[in-house]
Order: sequence, then structure tokens, then C-alpha cells
Amino acid sequence: MLRLEPRPAPSRAWTWASPLLALAITVVIGVVLFSVMGKDPVRGLQVFFWEPIKSAYALGELAVKATPLLLIALGLAVCFRSNIWNIGAEGQFVIGAIAAGGVALLAGKETGRWIVVAVLMAGVLGGMAWAGITAFLRDKFNAGEILVSLMLVYVAIQVLGYLVYGPWKDPAGYNFPQTRTFDAVTQIPRLMAGSRANIGALIALAGAALLWVFLFRTKAGFAQQVGGLAPAAARYAGFSSRRALWTALLISGGTAGLAGALEVAGPIGQLTPYVPAGYGFAAIIVAFVGRLHPFGMVLAAMLMSMFYIGGELAQSRLGLPKSLTGVFQGLLLFTLLACDTLVNYRIRIGKGG
Amino acid sequence: MDQYALLLAATLNAGTVLAIAALGLLINEKAGIVNLGAEGIMLCAAIAGFATVVNTGNDWIGFAAGMAAGALLAAIFGWLVIWLNTNQYATGLALSLFGVGFSAFVGIGYVQAKLPERPQYNWFGLGDIPFIGPALFRHHPLVYGAMLLAVGLIWFLYRTRGGLVLRSVGESPQSAHALGYNVRRIRLAAVIVGGALCGLAGAYLSVIYTPLWVEGMVAGKGWIALALTTFATWRPARVLLGAYLFGGVTMLQFHLQGQGVQVPSQFLTMLPYIATIVVLALISRNPTWIRVNMPASLGKPFHPGA
Repeated sequence: MLRLEPRPAPSRAWTWASPLLALAITVVIGVVLFSVMGKDPVRGLQVFFWEPIKSAYALGELAVKATPLLLIALGLAVCFRSNIWNIGAEGQFVIGAIAAGGVALLAGKETGRWIVVAVLMAGVLGGMAWAGITAFLRDKFNAGEILVSLMLVYVAIQVLGYLVYGPWKDPAGYNFPQTRTFDAVTQIPRLMAGSRANIGALIALAGAALLWVFLFRTKAGFAQQVGGLAPAAARYAGFSSRRALWTALLISGGTAGLAGALEVAGPIGQLTPYVPAGYGFAAIIVAFVGRLHPFGMVLAAMLMSMFYIGGELAQSRLGLPKSLTGVFQGLLLFTLLACDTLVNYRIRIGKGG
Repeated sequence: MDQYALLLAATLNAGTVLAIAALGLLINEKAGIVNLGAEGIMLCAAIAGFATVVNTGNDWIGFAAGMAAGALLAAIFGWLVIWLNTNQYATGLALSLFGVGFSAFVGIGYVQAKLPERPQYNWFGLGDIPFIGPALFRHHPLVYGAMLLAVGLIWFLYRTRGGLVLRSVGESPQSAHALGYNVRRIRLAAVIVGGALCGLAGAYLSVIYTPLWVEGMVAGKGWIALALTTFATWRPARVLLGAYLFGGVTMLQFHLQGQGVQVPSQFLTMLPYIATIVVLALISRNPTWIRVNMPASLGKPFHPGA
């Protein structure tokens, strides 16, 4: 009989080993899945884990997808560390993209490069406003943030749909539901020629460093987390839970909105119904797999980006459905949660007293 | 007049999906477990049910397949949260994310698939009565099944020993444990039954209500069902009523469109989601009221050793 024995203190080693074990289990399941579907598992692993990193161009593409994932996850980490369950980052991402797109559409021939800053700011504010609704309803009406933030995802997607099918539709776009392509001046500066990677990647990395300082080197960051770990202690210390609520949601809304702005003014270049690509949900997995730690989340964002690219390649090269990405992402979170048991418990064999 | 009968009928039909799922989630929550995986369970069950009906031609085998899929996923979820003490929110979320991907993956071959002709019903000839007939007596058996389920659940929860034990596990697992009840097994049973009902709701959606398979077709109904248990302050009768109310909101958009109301369709599609937010805010406004009604151990792990 296997039995779980609580550890006196959480194991530091397992805290970091657990995501690796979870990844290993996910890979094993993946190999089985490929075999069952009659595909060469080696080829399958190759498209997921080798193709995305084999060339400079591939690495650029990896960064393109890792950037929004990391940015959103950074904000979510603040929420989850404060025990605030914002699961509506996807909606905040969409509204950020809409706000940024609205500003980008104003750009004309005479507009200067400063417009990029305005586009990004609009994205941040849009995301903050959308997350602010959740914070407000939780603060004033005691409405659970899980359901409110999630319902707002569906609302945000409909708002986007209304705009691209309605008032913002490109009159010269053959009736496709999309805005006109943004003026070149709004394009987020790229890191180098020949790659789609842009300065968003640097912003995200700087964000990770900033988050590290905020969480581990500032009193505000400490107060923020105490409320999540021990609400009673936080009250006793005089840390305001309302303040923590608003801070967490505004930060995560802001980063999600920024990610949305970088996405539409970067790789996409216009608003379409396909702006929501599930980054807001995948970032939840990034946050957990990265242990809510800035450094861990950088690695996790790259891993999740590999899953995205691998899914696309599996579709084009192996004829497998793209939704394979979602299967592996979900599996990874599942196995991670199971493996995390090892952080707090030892496995003992046999009956014990 | 006739269109209102049809609107009423459509409301009951749409409410049935929500009612079955929400009653299942109510059983979970009465035992102290929140399952945020409802959306994922319903999606997987929807494709399981749909695929089974396409292959066997029998709706009831399809419902059984949906329930089995729901029970299986819920059992995995239950094992993780009850035995491995994983966080209920995170685990449920994992299930939902997995379910979205997995159902899309498995369902790819069924996107264009068609079901055999859907059955028509006219119960005891009562369906011929003007207005009342088309509104109430031409439904699929599961529409009445959902009502019976609510009644049965009221009886079980408040009139039987088993219901008392289930509620005590949700209110105070420590006391139930001290009395000699196996809290973890009871919770797992509740989670599996709840998952099976979410599965039935998902299968009803794809086999009867829509009836077809589209990626992500549950479209938040699992989350709305979760909200319904709060709206109803964890009472079965109110869950049923709330489900019909939301079914009505869903149907209202089609009705308004049919009436030629000049509102962009996106705003009408938003209605159920906005309604969920508004009602949630109004019901939750009084924290004491929620606290009094909510199962006291909801969302909290239980370790029998500690």
C-alpha cells in the first residue's frame, strides 16, 4: 500500500523538480498518444521540442509566442500569490488589444513614432479597466472573482466581434471581419531583421526582473503575499486586503492588456476575431509550472510556446489536429498538480502507524 | 401567441442543460468540493455522447457514454483533490483547460457528422392542446428528468440519512470523520455523481439541444452552472428555477433577433454572461447571507490524520 506522509517542511528540491517530473510524464503520455495514432513518436517529439529551437528564426518565433505568455503570467503570479483567482486574463488581453487597436487606427501619415508608446499605454489601461470591473465587483459586492473574471472573457470576445463586424470593419476589406491594417508607424520595433520577434520580448524580461524586485525586495510586495498566505496575519499587521485585491487585479489586467497591445501592434497588425488565441488561459499554466517565480515563469513561457509551435507543426507536418497543444498544456498542469504532492508529502510503502 | 409557446418551450429546453449540470455541481458542493472543471467535463461528455450516437444511432447509449466520460474525469479530479490534497481551484481549472483541448482533439472527425433524425415527442396527446401543449408537452424525456432530479435531490438531501451525512461532510468534515464516516470516500462519491450529471448535461447539449458537435460548444455553460449554485444559495429548487431563468435569457436573444430588434447580435450573445455577473453581484452583496447558506467546508481540503 502506498501512503502519504506529511513532510515537516515543504521540500525545496521537489518544488523545482516537480515541474520537470510533470514534463517528463507529459512527454511519456505524448509518446503513447503519438503511437496510438500511428505516428512516429520520435518525429512527434521532434516537432515539439527540437524544431522550435533549431535555428535563429525558430527561436525568434519561440520568443513571439513566449512574450504574451510571460507578460500575462507575471501579472497572474501576483494574483495567485495573493490568493486572488483571476482566470479572466484572456478577456483583459482582448480589451487591451482593442484599446491599443483603437489608438493604432488613429495613426496617419504624419504620425510620429511616439504613437507606439500611446498604443502600448492604451493596451495597459484597457486591460486594467477590464480587470478593474472584477476588482470593483469583488470589493463592493463580494462577487467571486473566479466567475466574474471568466464571464468577462466571453463579454470581451463579443465586444471585439461587434467592433470588427461593425463600426471598425475595414471598408476596403472585401467584407472580411477585420479592421484595416494598422499604419506601419504603429508597428512595434523589431529586435532584428528577418525575425518577427520585437521589443516586447525585452519588455517581458524586464517585467520579470521588476516582479522579482517587487515580490522579494519591497515591503509592498511582501504585504501583497501575506494576505494570500495568512489572511489573519495580514489583518493583524494592518495590511489592507482591499488594497491587495486592487493591486493584484490592476497589475495582472495591465500586463495582460500590454500583451494584447504588443500582439495586435506586433505580429498581427490589425484587429480580427482571431486575436484571442488562448494565451490568457495558457498563461495560467505558465504561472503554475513556473512556480509563480519570475525566473521559473520565463522558462515555463518558453516551454508553453514550444507547445504552441509544436501543435502548429504537428498539424502541417504530421497531419494531426492543432488542438494537440491544448491537450498537452492541460495534461502538463494536471501532472504538475499531482507531482506537487511530493513537495509536501513523502511516499511511504506499507502500512505505518 | 404560438411564438410565446415556442419561446417557453425553448427556455425549458435550454434550462435543462444548465439545470442538470448545476444540480450535479450542487451535489459536489454540498460535500464541500468546488469543481471548476465543469466546463471541461461537459465538453468531453458532449463529444463522447455525440460520437457514440453517430456510431450507434442510439441516444440513450450516447447519454450513458457522456455520463461515463463525466464520471471518469470527475474521478481523476476527485482523486487529486481528495487524496493528494491538490488545490481545488487549480485542479478544476486544469480539468477545464484539458477538456477544451482534448474534446477539440477527439472531436475533429465529428465536426461535419450528422445524427439520425431527432425524435419528436407528444406526450399522451397533450401536445395538441393549444399553447400549453407545444410549451410543455412536446419535450425530450430528460427535460422532465431534470425536474424529477431536482425533486429527488430535495428528498435525498433533506429527507434521508444519506443526504444528512453528505451535508454534514460538507459542513464539518472533522465532525463527520469523528462520527466514523469515511469523509474522503463520501466526497469522492459526490464528485463522481456530480461529474456524471455534468456529463449528462454535456451529452444532452450535443445530442438533443444543438444537435451537432462544434469545438468549444459548451460556451461557458459549465461556468454559468457553477454560478447557479451560488445564485440558488445551494438549494435544489432554486437551482432549477435559476437554470430556467438563464435558459430564458439565452433564448431571449434569438427571440429578439426574430422580432427584428435592431441590436447587434454580439450584444445579445453577451446577455447570459452579463446576467450572470449582475446576478452574482446582487446575490453575493450580503456576505453574511452567503456565509450562512454556503457549505462551511466548501473549497477547503480535509486530512483525516490531522
